Amino acid sequence: MTRYIFRRLLQAIPLLFVISLVLFVLMQNMGDPIATMGGRNVTRSADRERLKRQLGLDKPIIVQYLYWLVGNDWTKTDLDGDGVAETPGVRRGVLRGDFGLSLVNKKPVTQVIGERLPNTLLLMLTAEAFILIFALLIGIYSALRQYSTFDNIITTVTFLFYSMPVFFFALVAMYIFAVNFKKWGLPYLPTVGMFEPTAGKTPLQVAWHMVLPTATLSFGFIAGYSRYIRSAMLEALGQDYVRTAKAKGLPRPEIVYIHALKNAALPIVTIIALDLPFLLGGAIVTERIFGWPGMGRLFLDHVSRGDTPVVMGILMMIAVAAVIFQLIADILYAWLDPRIRYT
Amino acid sequence: MNRRQVILDLKDLRTRFHIAEGTVYAVNGVSLTLHECETIAIVGESGCGKSVTMLSVMGLIPVPPGEIVSGQAFYRNRDLLALSEAEMEHIRGKEIAMVFQDPMTALNPVLTIGRQISEPLRVHLNMDRAAAQQRVIELLEQVGIPDPKNRMNDYPHQFSGGMRQRAMLAMALACAPSVLIADEPTTALDVTIQAQIVELVTRLRDALCMAVIWITHDLGVVAGLAERVIVMYAGMVVEEANVDDLYDDPRHPYTLSLLAALPRIDRRRDRRLKSIPGAPPNLLVAPHGCPFAPRCEFAFDRCRIETPPLLPVAIEHRARCWYDVVNGRPFE
Ligand SMILES: Nc1ncnc2c1ncn2[C@@H]1O[C@H](COP(=O)(O)OP(=O)(O)OP(=O)(O)O)[C@@H](O)[C@H]1O
Ligand code: SF4
Ligand SMILES: [Mg+2]
Repeated sequence: MTRYIFRRLLQAIPLLFVISLVLFVLMQNMGDPIATMGGRNVTRSADRERLKRQLGLDKPIIVQYLYWLVGNDWTKTDLDGDGVAETPGVRRGVLRGDFGLSLVNKKPVTQVIGERLPNTLLLMLTAEAFILIFALLIGIYSALRQYSTFDNIITTVTFLFYSMPVFFFALVAMYIFAVNFKKWGLPYLPTVGMFEPTAGKTPLQVAWHMVLPTATLSFGFIAGYSRYIRSAMLEALGQDYVRTAKAKGLPRPEIVYIHALKNAALPIVTIIALDLPFLLGGAIVTERIFGWPGMGRLFLDHVSRGDTPVVMGILMMIAVAAVIFQLIADILYAWLDPRIRYT
Repeated sequence: MNRRQVILDLKDLRTRFHIAEGTVYAVNGVSLTLHECETIAIVGESGCGKSVTMLSVMGLIPVPPGEIVSGQAFYRNRDLLALSEAEMEHIRGKEIAMVFQDPMTALNPVLTIGRQISEPLRVHLNMDRAAAQQRVIELLEQVGIPDPKNRMNDYPHQFSGGMRQRAMLAMALACAPSVLIADEPTTALDVTIQAQIVELVTRLRDALCMAVIWITHDLGVVAGLAERVIVMYAGMVVEEANVDDLYDDPRHPYTLSLLAALPRIDRRRDRRLKSIPGAPPNLLVAPHGCPFAPRCEFAFDRCRIETPPLLPVAIEHRARCWYDVVNGRPFE
């Protein structure tokens, strides 16, 4: 197993290189970092040239990529922008853990991301916990009550939710729980940020502000997974080994939650682990809608200003995460299914 | 006469399935009695309701689509069909155990063999982990699994077909049940393994004084194993006799054709029932008249109108037929 993990990680390395190169090239078309540097003032063309040289943006794209990847401390850079490269470079490159400085605010990329990452993780983990709990509850319950009124209602509702765009759900939720609840004098949910500035960042404030973003991020996944769990459970419950378990006189909970669920979990685990990058994608949209100070908003803010170091930092983190999620899915699968052994 | 206690008494069982195409009349009034320590065999071609009969007794029919329309199944004077699910849980696996046809699918692929065998011990006998483990090892030894201490940690896919069926038997026998229902336990196995399993069940049955209902296609197995044979057709018992009487003196035309289709002993490559001419009965129409009439060479007018009752034709021998095959004419 250890060897398998090791091999899979090794195999991921060339893939990550290719991804990083493609993303880096694509980033060059995402906007001009110089254009927005002067704020509302138009940048003079002489300044533009100087800025470009100072930031190294005058170099061919492949050289820029190389500097990003391995650093430029082995060569000279044009720090004062006079057209002569005389200052030794200081960047150490991604391979040595240096993701560079943000073009927008000159802070280290790792710091910029580091400030936002915990907020995104908080949102994602809470959402994932909700998703798993509700999807399992609804999925198993509707499998056990197949074609009952509850099951039929759930079928309709999940279908509706599953096909509903995230922004639409968010707007409807805001309209009901923020706008109208306020109008009716009920306790209403906040729609922006992590906490009331006046109240400060207390756990209660954060939790209260998380209700709508979490619901928005979770609803589609809950709808999809509960359907999936329902059909996986129904399939497992119809198997011969469930009849055997029943013939042994096992109590029903043991049949459902051990004999059936352990088999049904196999396909579910894979789907959920492989979906984690999509959850991150959903988080980006959700953060944007609710002004949640996470990586998603960071990403959108910086991509529109052509801030290659920050955007690349975020994208590479996602790429690495996707590789790791995939690996986790495989490991979980092998752990759950004794018929599978990785070597 | 049989002076042993009746342990299982099935009376007029009727089970149907309501499916998209209509109603499947799977079991149409089956009655049978099983005595303590006795082995009976149920034979009949595929789809005649053997499994559904026994699954009904065990309360293992999926509802819906299944429905037990009527009948009683007395186990030691308690009607199993009237028991609650919770009460049935104490019967299943403890008093009456069942072994299924296909050991490949009947064992849970993601739980160890040892765990699956220990489950009935835990729920019925309240054994703790250590005691259950010890008993599992004994049981595996009893059914002839080598190195049970290590093999109990294996998963079903690490066992061969024959070993899985042995493990199934160990599981069924775990709580020393009074009745073992074996639903074609050897059909999925090759011939040498089949013989070993039959031998094993015979040995364990004699050791534990267990009553056995052995469902099979294989009339060859029946001879050495069962005391009585019940022949089923289209969800009904059509003949019931002691095993020798059934072979030497069959009274129902269906049994006659079954025996005629049986290969001779000197050419026993495949001892399964050969198919007999004519189409198998359509269970989607409610039974009327004798179900065997369309395929019966002795059929006459009455057969198509009136369903014959299961009547005594000799000592401990009953048949469901209007025709007297011994004298070659209809009964009065
Ligand atoms: N779950 C079910 N839904 C619908 N019909 C069923 C179901 N289970 C059994 N049947 C029908 O009931 C009839 C009797 O089936 P049963 O399994 O008892 O036959 P069998 O005698 O055991 O045959 P075999 O020797 O092939 O096991 C068949 O026609 C079958 O199609
Ligand atoms: S009752 Fe008639 S049709 Fe049925 S088996 Fe007897 S002779 Fe044949
Ligand atoms: Mg069957």
